[in-house]
Parts: sequence; structure tokens; C-alpha cells
Amino acid sequence: MWELIRANKRNSILLMVLMAAALLLLGFIIGLGFSGDPAGGFIGLIFATAIWLILAMVSFSSGDQILLAASKAMPITHDDHPQLLNTVEEMKIAAGLPAMPKVYIIADPAPNAFATGRSPESASVAVTAGLLGRLNRDELQGVVAHEISHILHRDILYVTLAGIMLGAIVLLSQTFLRSMYYGSMMGSRRRYSAGGRGGGQAQLVLLLIAVVAAILAPIMAYLLYFALSRRREYLADAGAARLTRYPEGLASALEKIASDPSPQLATVNKVTAPMYIANPFKRKGQRRLSDLTSTHPPISERIRILRNMTHGASFRNYSDSYRTITHHKTVIPATILAKEDIPLRSPTAEAKEEERLEKQLRQVGDIMRRVNKFVFLTCLCGLKLKVPPNYKADKVKCPRCRRTLDLSQK
Amino acid sequence: MVIALIIIAAIGLLVIFVIGMYNALVRCRNQVDNAWSQIDVQLKRRHDLIPNLVETAKGYMRHERETFEAITKARSQAMGARTVSEASKAEGALGEALSKFMLVVENYPDLKANQNFLSLQEELSSTENRIAFARQNYNDQVLFFNNKIQMFPSNIVAGMFGFGKRDFFEMEIAAEREAPKVSF
Repeated sequence: MWELIRANKRNSILLMVLMAAALLLLGFIIGLGFSGDPAGGFIGLIFATAIWLILAMVSFSSGDQILLAASKAMPITHDDHPQLLNTVEEMKIAAGLPAMPKVYIIADPAPNAFATGRSPESASVAVTAGLLGRLNRDELQGVVAHEISHILHRDILYVTLAGIMLGAIVLLSQTFLRSMYYGSMMGSRRRYSAGGRGGGQAQLVLLLIAVVAAILAPIMAYLLYFALSRRREYLADAGAARLTRYPEGLASALEKIASDPSPQLATVNKVTAPMYIANPFKRKGQRRLSDLTSTHPPISERIRILRNMTHGASFRNYSDSYRTITHHKTVIPATILAKEDIPLRSPTAEAKEEERLEKQLRQVGDIMRRVNKFVFLTCLCGLKLKVPPNYKADKVKCPRCRRTLDLSQK
Repeated sequence: MVIALIIIAAIGLLVIFVIGMYNALVRCRNQVDNAWSQIDVQLKRRHDLIPNLVETAKGYMRHERETFEAITKARSQAMGARTVSEASKAEGALGEALSKFMLVVENYPDLKANQNFLSLQEELSSTENRIAFARQNYNDQVLFFNNKIQMFPSNIVAGMFGFGKRDFFEMEIAAEREAPKVSF
């Protein structure tokens, strides 16, 4: 385990350095293209560094809070959803994390989940209401174990930092390209031909290089980011199987997530997408994105790998299964492939699917209302009233028995 | 002169090596202790839940005195356990008593519908899971630690400073391999 964490930290640093170099280079080229001499290049360099420093500082100090707020996640406690909090605690114990992650819920019917934070000491797990409404205990445990594995493997800091770096590169190149676009629209070409004929030509070439770099840099950065995040998804799946000793739980959860008919998650963008357990973007029509640009491995493949783990739940078993299914070289680092004998466990018994689902959906609805500050009242006739927070009057009439209920006492 | 320097350097390296190994062993031992304290916390949680569970169930299950007595007895035995192997046995017995109790509960639909009992049931099944996962983590750490103590070269350092092997926490009885299944 320690080897994996160390390797992951090393990769994170490597990626950060690569992206920082790309960002600085881009800044330099853009500066050079704008002004035509190295001094301008250095101004661009300083500009890029400033963007990066500010974003890095903000993201390191409160990146998780920003991401949670952007996803409209709300904190919940044990009383709101005992099962979710219990599952998170169980997985925290299994992983031996130093502290209990904070648990958030997102009011969205699309089933999905993510983890974020700076370190295992200060991590957060967010799940959508749709996920809570559809999964049974074993499946929920599988999803939570996947997220806890991200925390354990230190993927959360990497995603936050790499996401911010990517954001900086995109920001810089977009600013440059737009200024070029509007600049040429307004016909202010004088600026570029001010320094004589020969100089103007050289600058035009530089400018062209800058444009190409500004277009290519974000694409390259995206590809790098996505490639690494795909590998981490497999690793987190393997970790989840090892923590729960029950790969079928995660497999069937992924199946439910993949086949869910609800519309795609409302609060998601290209940079936050790799955080989620399953790609939150629903493909329009049957257009198949190429493997290079997808943030997640194909979900059907992940399910098949998990289901093929019939001999045990160790990293080695996952790796063997991965090779049988994909015919690729394993994604699991060799250092953790030690032979471990980890038997699988059997599923926990639960009530009938339909019965459970109906109860669960109602429960989730209530949680959402509670975190959204609805007032719950029980009328004397037994009817439960859920009053929205924007209802201003302090009395409400029971729709069944016509009694007037006092809202002020709550 | 040169030979003396080489000898001093060799001794210095050896000392650094031993210190590093010693520290690694201490770190491992602390991890084992920490993992054990996690189990302890969860076992205590289980012991605390049982009186509540019995209290809630008593009103509904009037003719099951034996079942309640078995649980209460197993609980007090588990609470009195001193060593890891003692606790293994006592907790295993308690788990067995609890799973028997849960089987009996199946005959009392009123009790199964009780809101208080339902939430206790969720807490209990989560506690059983937590114990299982804490045990899983503890046994992983013990395996790692014991391997270190037995394998060359760390076994020499372990022998010098008296690091002893640790017991696994098995909690398994012939009839019941699993934690009690709590069904809904």
C-alpha cells in the first residue's frame, strides 16, 4: 500500500511539474508573440506564473470547498442518513484512515459520487440523492469504498491541483485567443507591423506559433490529465474490491449508474468530471468519443473486470482479471502485486428490491427537504406536511382534515 | 589509518542501518496497536448497543427469556476478556448469540416494524461490519509486522530489542464464519 501511495505522490509531482512547465512555456510564447522580443516573453512568463500562483494558493487552501460549493453539495449528519454515514465510517475503518471524511449530499437525481480534499485528514465524500435512492447497502458500500480508495491513494489532492493547473492553462490560452480574435476584428493590425518590414514578418511567424501553442497546450494538458485519471479509476476500483472483499457490490452499482435514465448531472464541467465515480456527461445520441478524450474507462469494462474477480479480492486478482478482460498490460503498479490471500465475502441479506426502492426514494426526498430547510409537521389526522422554506405565513391548513396548524412552533 | 577510517565508516553505516530498521519496526508496531484500538472502539460500541436492543425487544418478545439471557451472558463475558485470544473467543460467542437473536426476531413482525428497533438494527449491522473491517485492517497490519519480525535482516534487530509476534484476531467459530446476518 505504501509503495502505491508513494508512487502516486511521485506521479502527482511529476504531472504538476510538467503542467507548470507547459504553462510557463505557453506564457513565454504568447508574450513573445505579442511583443516580438524576449522581454515581452518574460512579461508573459511572469503573467503565467502569477495566474498559477494565485490559483494554486486558492486551490490548496480551499479547493475542496470551492468544488463542493460548485457542485451544490450540502453537509449531512448521521441523523439525516444513518446508512450512508455508517457505510462511510465502515470504509474509513477498513482503509485505516486517520479521520472520518465529511459527508455531503447533492440534490440531483443522476446517480454519482466524488471525493475531494487536501489529505486523508481533511477529506470529503459527496454523493447525489439519485445514488442514495437507487443502491442497496452493498452497492452503496462499493461506491463509498471507491471514493475512500481515492482518498487513501492521495488522488484527491492530485485531481484538485491538476484540475486547477489545467484551468490556468485553459484560462491563459483562451484569454490570448480571444484577444487575438477581437484584435483582428477591430482591424488593429498596425501594432504588429510597427517595427519595420523584416521585424513585422518575424513577429507574424512568432504570433502564428503562439496561436498554435495556445490551441495545442490545453489539448495536450487535457489528454495527460485524462490518461492519468483513467488509470486512477481502475486503481480505485481495485482498492474498493480489496476494502469491501466484495467486488460485485461496486460492479452492480456501476451497472445501475450506467443504465440510469435520469438526465445528466446539472453541476458539472470538463475539469470536475474526472472526480466522479462514473463519467457524469451523458453522450448525446450514439456518438462514441475516442478513448483518448474520455475521463473514465468504459463503464462496461470496469464492470466486467470486477465481475471476473472470482478467486479473491487482492490487487493481484484485480490485475489478473484486468488482463483477461482488456488484453492490455496491467494498470496496477508491480510493487503492490504481492501475493495476498484475500477471500471474497457473501452479500448481506436485504429486503425485496421493489419494497426497498420505494421506501428509499421517499427517505431521500425527505433528506433533501430537510437539508433545504423544509419544515416537517404531522397533523393530528396523521398526515405529514412538508412546508417549503419560502412559505411565509405562520399558519397552514391540513389538506386532508382542514385543521389549521401552527407553523411557528415547528 | 585508511583501514581505521573504513572500519569507522562501516560501523557508522551499520548503526544508521539498525536505527532505520528499529524505527520501521516501531512504526509497524504502533500501527498494529492503533488498529487494535480501532477494534476495541467498535467492540465497545457493540457492547453498548446490546442493552438498548434488548430493552426495545423485551416488550415484544415475552417468551424468549433464554435468548436474552444468552446475549447478556455473552456480553458480560466479552466485556471481561483480557487478552486478544480471549476476546476472539468471547466476541465470537457474542456474535453467535446475536445472530440467533436476529433469527428469533423474524417471528415478531410487530417488533420488525418498530421504528426504534429498525434504527437499532441499522446501527447493529453497521457495528458488525465495522468490527469485521477493523479486524481486517488489524490482521493486515499484524501480518505485515510478523513478517518483518521473522524475515532477515529485520529479525536480528527485532531480536535485539525484543519485538514479539502479535496474535491475529480471528473471532471465528466452527458454525458461524460470518458476522451475524441482519436482514431487513
